[in-house]
Amino acid sequence: MSSMRLNAEEEAILGGRWGEAARRALEQQIRVGEFFGAADFVRVTSAHLSGDAEAMREAGVRYLEELAGLGARCVVPATINPRSVEFTYWSLLGQPPRYVELEHRIVRAFEQMGALPVNTCINYQTLSQPRFGEHLAWGDTGTVIWANSVAGARSNFEAGPAGIFAALTGRVPRYGYHLPEQRRGTVVVRVLDRLQGTSDWGALGCHVGRMVNDYWQVPVFVFERLESEPSADQLKHLGAALASYGSLAMFHAVGITPEARTLQEAGGGQVPEPELVVTSGTLAATYESFVPEQEAVDLVVFGTPQLSIFEFRDLARRLAGRQIHPRTRMLLTTNAAVKHLADRLGYTAAVEAAGAIVLTGVCYYIMTARELAERHGYRTILTDSAKLANIIAGYGYQPIFRPTEVCIDAAVRGAL
Amino acid sequence: MSEQASGELIVLQGPPGVGPVVEGEALVSQQGFSARYDVDRDRGVFSRVAHDLYGRSLAGKVLVCTTAKGGIATSWMLLDMVDRGMAPRAILFRTTNPVMVQGAVLAGVALLHQLQPDPVATIRSGDWVHVDPAAGRVEIRRRAPSS
Repeated sequence: MSSMRLNAEEEAILGGRWGEAARRALEQQIRVGEFFGAADFVRVTSAHLSGDAEAMREAGVRYLEELAGLGARCVVPATINPRSVEFTYWSLLGQPPRYVELEHRIVRAFEQMGALPVNTCINYQTLSQPRFGEHLAWGDTGTVIWANSVAGARSNFEAGPAGIFAALTGRVPRYGYHLPEQRRGTVVVRVLDRLQGTSDWGALGCHVGRMVNDYWQVPVFVFERLESEPSADQLKHLGAALASYGSLAMFHAVGITPEARTLQEAGGGQVPEPELVVTSGTLAATYESFVPEQEAVDLVVFGTPQLSIFEFRDLARRLAGRQIHPRTRMLLTTNAAVKHLADRLGYTAAVEAAGAIVLTGVCYYIMTARELAERHGYRTILTDSAKLANIIAGYGYQPIFRPTEVCIDAAVRGAL
Repeated sequence: MSEQASGELIVLQGPPGVGPVVEGEALVSQQGFSARYDVDRDRGVFSRVAHDLYGRSLAGKVLVCTTAKGGIATSWMLLDMVDRGMAPRAILFRTTNPVMVQGAVLAGVALLHQLQPDPVATIRSGDWVHVDPAAGRVEIRRRAPSS
């Protein structure tokens, strides 16, 4: 007997009428829902599923195959997040072959279920356009914070198995960010520092996420010195960093995001009391908090989240006519949609001429990073992605987070 | 360091959690947790240098920490760790997030949050802990000397 109120359809699913896979899915969803006090389920319009070989390994892949074998079928449009293996370059890069087979198995199982193997974490930029009020089951933290904050859609972090279960049942427990009361801003963040490139927005997310590190908090940004409207990529980096450093699923930005036309609206009718001030010089200090052990730069990575076509163009321009130092490896990660356009527009040729490698359908920190570090002796990784700098530290790297132009200059010099 | 157990029993209470009744030795952090960001799953040890449990093994432990860190991979990684015998027996958070609960349900790991008094402040590494998620109850048998 569940404390969640189930409708006739949910009772039918639990009774096995949609098959064993959907039955198991709903059962686990109920346990999670009960934990968070969900009163009932809410239907979702799409699911975005996270499952890469690095996270899943044999146990997770077996579980996924078992579900597929039980006849699991997605009942809402479902897309999948990046892979751990770059299907074209894995051998050149030196990725362990055992992961290649695991990734093929994952993709096969997802395809069997009817999920699209798009291998992207920027679905909201290239595939799925979340709408205000739309209930979703998305399972990449960067996608969720975008959907909630920038679009005003509604999703919790529907991680690995949870996203799959939502795709099979077409619903999620109604708790967290599906509820209006959870979406109210909880802390004001007054930003006095200047923001320039996308990396500055990631630095802001890093700084605030370090302090407001609680899934249930919702920071409300008030930008006092903004010279122009932020671009989609800038908001992407802000959100990805907030989600990574702070496990945050939503932010407001007064005058910018749809549920924050005023500070009072963002607070759900009243201005939140707690306030943080991001003073001039804070972002510079944030970059500097990543202290290099050595001058030499082994690896420079752009992506995380995957690059948009505009970010790709920017890198192509910065690298035009320049050569990356022989001791430094530069990688760009993006999705197939952007790569295809970048090829056609000449951006791929431009970065490759400089010596960079463009990887598709992956993200560096899930790409067997520890094995690559051990194989190639990578230690210092330089990136303009605050999110990547955060996660890669657990894989035996020394991450250095710097603005894009600093990363490019260092790659050419081979040193910071 | 003295191994003398004081035998003192302390009870923490909170809302119902997930997972089976388990007991084990506590491993307490003053920081948050993510299986991807912090752990080498092959060795079952904390591998992030900045983590206060760096180098410590979490296999079979009752892990006590403050919050869930960012990311979704822990939802898969607990299952992987159980498969390899490296998983903690239970995780007690001050406050947790959906990713951790989803991963605990999949893997059959016990998980509780919002316990009173605060587990991070109350439990010490080395204490013996009994976890009953359905009852929202944690019992601590003091073993570790106060530091």
